Amino acid sequence: MAAVTFDHLVKRYGDNLAVNDLTLRIDDGEFLVLVGPSGCGKTTALRCLAGLEEITGGYILIGDRVVNDLPPKQRDIAMVFQSYALYPHMTVHDNMAFSIRLHKLPKAEVAAKVREAARILGLEGLLDRKPGQLSGGQRQRVALGRAIVRDPAAFLMDEPLSNLDAKLRVQTRAEIARLHRRLGTTIVYVTHDQVEAMTMGERIAVMRDGVLQQVGTPKELYEKPGNLFVAGFIGSPAMNFLTGRAALDGDGVRLVLDGAEVALSGRAGAAARSRGEGSSVTVGMRPEHFEVGPQGGQGLVRLPVQVDVVEFLGSEELVHATFAGSEVVALVPVASEVKVGDTLDLAVPDTLVQVFDPDTELSLDGDGPR
Amino acid sequence: MTATAMTTTAESLPGSARPRARRRPRAVRLLTRAPVNAVLAAVALLWLVPSFGLLVTSFRPTKDYFASGWWRALLHPATLTVSNYRHVLQTGGIKDALFTTALITVPATVLVVVVASLAAYALVFLRWPGRDAVFVALVALMVVPLQMALIPVATLYGHLGLFGTVAGVVLFHTAFGLPFAIFLMRNFYTGIPKDLLEAARIDGAGDLMMFLRIVLPLGRPALASLGIFQFLWVWNDLLVSLVFLGGARHVPITVAIFSQLRQFGPNIDLISSASFLSMIVPLIIFFSFQRYFVRGVLAGAVK
Ligand SMILES: Nc1ncnc2c1ncn2[C@@H]1O[C@H](COP(=O)(O)OP(=O)(O)OP(=O)(O)O)[C@@H](O)[C@H]1O
Ligand SMILES: [Mg+2]
Repeated sequence: MAAVTFDHLVKRYGDNLAVNDLTLRIDDGEFLVLVGPSGCGKTTALRCLAGLEEITGGYILIGDRVVNDLPPKQRDIAMVFQSYALYPHMTVHDNMAFSIRLHKLPKAEVAAKVREAARILGLEGLLDRKPGQLSGGQRQRVALGRAIVRDPAAFLMDEPLSNLDAKLRVQTRAEIARLHRRLGTTIVYVTHDQVEAMTMGERIAVMRDGVLQQVGTPKELYEKPGNLFVAGFIGSPAMNFLTGRAALDGDGVRLVLDGAEVALSGRAGAAARSRGEGSSVTVGMRPEHFEVGPQGGQGLVRLPVQVDVVEFLGSEELVHATFAGSEVVALVPVASEVKVGDTLDLAVPDTLVQVFDPDTELSLDGDGPR
Repeated sequence: MTATAMTTTAESLPGSARPRARRRPRAVRLLTRAPVNAVLAAVALLWLVPSFGLLVTSFRPTKDYFASGWWRALLHPATLTVSNYRHVLQTGGIKDALFTTALITVPATVLVVVVASLAAYALVFLRWPGRDAVFVALVALMVVPLQMALIPVATLYGHLGLFGTVAGVVLFHTAFGLPFAIFLMRNFYTGIPKDLLEAARIDGAGDLMMFLRIVLPLGRPALASLGIFQFLWVWNDLLVSLVFLGGARHVPITVAIFSQLRQFGPNIDLISSASFLSMIVPLIIFFSFQRYFVRGVLAGAVK
C-alpha cells in the first residue's frame, strides 16, 4: 500500500495538451475518483501513472519513490481496464494467476491466492471457464480478481463499470466500495459518470480539458463547488444558472435579468454585493433545493416561473419551467401537485444559492475552496 | 453440408436445450444456401476429378493406360493393382526424393513461421525508429518476382558454396516466403487488442513472456495458415529446386518426377504413383493442422 502523488504532471500528444500541470496527492488507502467529461485527460493521467505512457513533464510518485522512468512491472500497481482485457485463451484461474506466476510465487501460494480472490468475488464455480463463456458482469469480476490477487500498492481502474447494464452497475459499484473497505488499498478510479464519482469516492478530483478543477469530498464538491464547471458537473439533475446584473438594494442585492428581478438575501446577497453595483453575476440553484410556493419569505430566494413540462419520476416530479426566458428545472415532491401551464413561485433558501463571477467562472463564496 | 450435419447432431443430442423455435425451417435454409453450395460443389469437383483420375491411374497396369481412359477401371475393379507402388518404393529413387523434399520443406516452413512471428511482433508491439520504413520495404519486397532473383542468387550461391545444396534451397525459400509471412502475421497481430498487451505488461510480463504467453497462443490460427501455405508452396516447388539442385545427387520429389517425364516419355506408372505419394503428405499436414483454424480466438477478451 502506498500514497500516490502527481507533481505538476504534464502529458502532451503532439500539440495536444492532454494533462496540464496536474498536482494531486492521493493518500495511502484512499479511494480517489478522477472524474470529468469525455476527453478531459482522465485516462491519460491514469496511464501515465501505470507507466503505459511516457510523461512530458513533472513527477509521479508511488509511496516516496519517483516512478517517472520505471516500467509498469516495477511500479507495483494493478489496473482494471474498461475493456477488461482478459486473456481470452486462458481460463479464469489462469487469468488471475498470470501475474503472480510471473513473479515466481510457489505453486501452493498461487493456488491459495487465486482461491481467496475467487471467494471474495464469488467466482469459485467459474475458474475453469474461458472469458468467452462468461457474462459481462462475470468478466468484470474476473478483471477485478486479476487485480486483487496481486496485492499491489495501488489499484488503477479506468471506467470498469461502463460496459455493464444499469442494474449491474449499481450492484458492482457497491461491491467495489466493499472491496476497498476490506482490502484498504489505495484506489485511483476514473469515470465520466458523476453519480459513480459521488457514490464511490472518498475524495473526488474533477478535471476539464486536462486541467484539475477541484478536489474534495463529495459533500464539499456538492455544497461548495469552486467554479461554474464543477457546479454544473456535480449533481443530477444539473444546477440551474441565471446570469444578471447586480443592483444594490439596502442590505441585499437585486439580480436584474431580462424583464425580471430576483432578490438575493443573506450570504448569497453579500457575495453578489461584493462585486459592486452593475456588475454581472451568475447564481446557481440546485433543482432539488426548490420548494413550490412556500409561505413566508425570510431567507428565501424566489423565482416566479411558468411550468412547461412535468416529468413523473415516482416519488418526485421533475418540473421544467421558464423564468425570464431561461429554463429552470426543479425536483419537487409529487405532493406539490404542479401542473403544466401553472404560474407559481419556486423558492430556495438563500444559504443554498451559489454565486459566481461569470467572467472568471470562479465561485464568489468567500469561504469556498480555491 | 457439414454445418447442416453438425446442427442435426447437436439437436438430436439428448437433453440439449437448443432453441429450435427461433431457427428458420430447414427447407428455407437449404434453399437460401443452395446457390453457394452448388458453386462450391462445382469447384470441388473440378479439382477432385483429375486427382481421383490420378489415383485410379496409379493403381492400373501401364498397358491399360494406353488402351483406355481411367474411368474404365471403375467398371473392372479387378484389373487394379498395387504393383506400381511396389515398383516405385522398391526403386529407391523416389523414396530418397521424398526424403529430400522433407529435408527442404520442414526447415523452410519452420524458419519462416518462427522468424515471421517474431518479426511481426517487433513490427506491431515494439517501438523503434524506422519501424514504418522497414514495413514499407517489406511490402515492396513482396512484389519482387522469384524468377527475377534466380540467376543472381545462383551466382551468389556459387561464390558461397551453397549452390547444389539443400541448405541453399532452404535459404532461398525462407527468404522468399518471409515478406508475405511477416505481412500476414503483422496484420493478424494488429487485430489483437492493445489492452491485452498492456494488461500483460502491468501484470509483470516482459516482451518474451508477452510473445510466448499472449501473442503466440492468440496467433495460432494465423500461424497454422501460414505454416500450411508455406509447406504446400515449398513441397510442390519445382522451379527453385530445378535451378539449384537440378544435377545434384539428391533431388526433391518434384524434380524426380519431372526427370521421369523427360527421360522416358510418359512413364505413367511411376509418375502417377509417385505424384500421389507426393500429394499425400501435404494432405496429412493440412488435415492435422485444420483444427487450429478456429474462429473467435479473441472472444471474451475485451467487452
Ligand atoms: N494516443 C494518443 N494520441 C494523441 N492524442 C491522444 C492520445 N490519447 C489521448 N489523446 C487525447 O488526449 C486527450 C485526453 O484523452 P483521454 O483518453 O485521457 O480522455 P478521457 O478523459 O479518458 O476521456 P473518456 O472519458 O472519453 O475516456 C483527448 O483530447 C485525446 O484526444
Ligand atoms: Mg478514458
